[in-house]
Amino acid sequence: MTLTHIIFIVFAAITLLSALFCVTTRNMFHAALYLVISLFGVAATFAMLDASFLAAAQLIVYVGAVAILIIFAVMLTRGGAGSLPAKQQFNTQAGLAAVVTVVTLFILLRVVPFFNYPVQVAAVPIDIVEQLGQALVGDFVLPFEVASVLLLAALIGAIYIARERRKGEEVEEG
Amino acid sequence: MPQIPGNDILIALATWLRQWLLTIGLDPASIDILMAVIRALLLGTLALLVFMLITWLERKVVARIQDRIGPNLAGPWGLLQPIADGIKAITKEDTTPDGADVTIFNASPIVAGVAALLVYAVIPFGPNPGGDCAGTPCGPLTGTDMSIGLFYILAVGAVSLIAVLMAGWSSNNKYALLGSFRAVAELLSYEVPQVLSITAMVMIAGTMNMTRLVEVQSVPFIFPLFVTALVFFISGIAESGRSPFDLVEAESEIVAGYHIEYSGMKFSLFFLGEFVHAFAVCAVVTTVFLNGWVGPFSFVPPWIWFFIKSFAVFFVMMWIKFTMPRFRIDQLMAFNWKFLVPVSLVNLLVLAVLDTVLRMMGLGRAANPWVWGLILFAANLLMLFIALWALGRAARRTRSTERRIVARMDDVTPAAPVTAASAPAAGN
Amino acid sequence: MDGWAFVGIFVVVGAALLSVPLILAALLAPRKPNPIKSETYECGIETYGDTRVQFKAQYYVYALMFAIFDIETIFLLPWAIAYQGFRTIFPLLEMIVFILILVGGLAYAWRKGALEWL
Repeated sequence: MTLTHIIFIVFAAITLLSALFCVTTRNMFHAALYLVISLFGVAATFAMLDASFLAAAQLIVYVGAVAILIIFAVMLTRGGAGSLPAKQQFNTQAGLAAVVTVVTLFILLRVVPFFNYPVQVAAVPIDIVEQLGQALVGDFVLPFEVASVLLLAALIGAIYIARERRKGEEVEEG
Repeated sequence: MPQIPGNDILIALATWLRQWLLTIGLDPASIDILMAVIRALLLGTLALLVFMLITWLERKVVARIQDRIGPNLAGPWGLLQPIADGIKAITKEDTTPDGADVTIFNASPIVAGVAALLVYAVIPFGPNPGGDCAGTPCGPLTGTDMSIGLFYILAVGAVSLIAVLMAGWSSNNKYALLGSFRAVAELLSYEVPQVLSITAMVMIAGTMNMTRLVEVQSVPFIFPLFVTALVFFISGIAESGRSPFDLVEAESEIVAGYHIEYSGMKFSLFFLGEFVHAFAVCAVVTTVFLNGWVGPFSFVPPWIWFFIKSFAVFFVMMWIKFTMPRFRIDQLMAFNWKFLVPVSLVNLLVLAVLDTVLRMMGLGRAANPWVWGLILFAANLLMLFIALWALGRAARRTRSTERRIVARMDDVTPAAPVTAASAPAAGN
Repeated sequence: MDGWAFVGIFVVVGAALLSVPLILAALLAPRKPNPIKSETYECGIETYGDTRVQFKAQYYVYALMFAIFDIETIFLLPWAIAYQGFRTIFPLLEMIVFILILVGGLAYAWRKGALEWL
């Protein structure tokens, strides 16, 4: 049980527990904050795997952009005002969902160890980001360009939808 | 007496400490952890001391710019004023508003402060002296020599955004919430040109490691990357929420914005976060554009040069703050999305093309730094000239449109000042 | 772990360092809450209206534009690091195409008035 093991268990527990609280809490803003903590946990896991670039990218994109978008979306809905109305947190299919979850977990635990994952035990090379850059314009140039087209599509779609709404309703305070 | 690498007293002290820890029998792994904790404590204390110095410096500088003296009662030249402010902040009552979300309300000042502090972990204060420091290879005088130092600074900025939202939401106050939305919208917007100019820097330097960035500058990057430096500096000022971009937190505007409900020490922590972030921006500008710790005289320790340059950059920041009027929120956003972002995109493209062309011709940075620097500087001046000309044209067009609108109103003469036409836009 | 271990330590040490004045304040500051002091602030008058206001969609559009450009930069940064080692002109052209597509997006947003504060 080295220090690394202990740190990993702590961060994994933080990630999973905050994800659990995120889906079970009643207050939407708290749920958003639990999501942020969970994303931090994922970034910590990346850092422990020596994927520094991915850890920082996770923080910048997920915590810095996606989490903020989610929080803004929470505020945009009427339900953002304080807790959700006192409805039940668990709906009528809760029992069936629990059974399906446990069965899936069993299947995964039996099937997953059978595959041979290529585990790299060598140290991560020091110029890994440079190799990533070379790969992006070498082997993976098509996904590189398609990614920018995808971003453009997201941009145009969101602007179109947001503008449609603004023309209809009058501008509220803020 | 262990061998002293370089002639830097701080590295000598660290080496001596490490040597002593080895002799009393600690294993190297624990020594690493202990040294890391000591480094973290020193960096945190440094940030706090710099904060106190900056609060005093700012009040003195604003006073002189406004033709008065500034604090001079607490200690010689008012130097003990920050301590007096600290005592006042600690002994003020800490009110919590009704219905506030208490955990988040109490946690957000700490998150904001820590997010600002975290940048200091990668700032390089001195070079790597090389050689052996009591059993381990010597490292540069910095918290941690990350291979993605500059990228990490961006990542840390994301954390401070969450702190702003937490503060605004948990205050249970309309104005705090509104203020935090505006603040986050402004911070997010100004992060785009900051990130784009960092990409340009990284492209020219070829590395994100902060220490390497200083070593790579055979000619200080402020010349070949002039527009990049300008864009980064301006967006850095906006990111720290300082004037002229401080609409979202100014007292006369939205009544202090997202930290309305905070009093006493918690308010001071937000303040600390802002100033510490501002100085961190200055430190990064010094590292990447002004050649960091490099200085002419070798008997002066490198970190002294670093602080001299950082404070010079901070003085320019203060100068801008106390000379220019505040921007309106729509001017803020327009300036960012319609000026800074296109400028930084064009800058990135031009630099990429020019640097490749120069490299193919054999005049790259490695081959001939001064010629390369000169050509890039000329290109930067050209870009700046074109950008300012376009800005002037757009401003003239806006002013003539406003004048025409004003002239068509029945009760206003055509010669009325243009400010009358800003009334519709100021209605939000 | 390439310095992230130090960052973890620094977070803990920084939080501890910053909590010291807060704890001092909790010990030394007076504590006299009364209903008027605990009311939320509204320019000195009584609050009215719901606290959580509906906000404009424009904030969301700005956050979305930022997200798009942020992700674009995540792709650009590895390219930028490998830039000094490129031997041909093709990587540069590919990056120019990438950026021009997104400049097109910015131009679309500008023309459609999505960048106006309103």
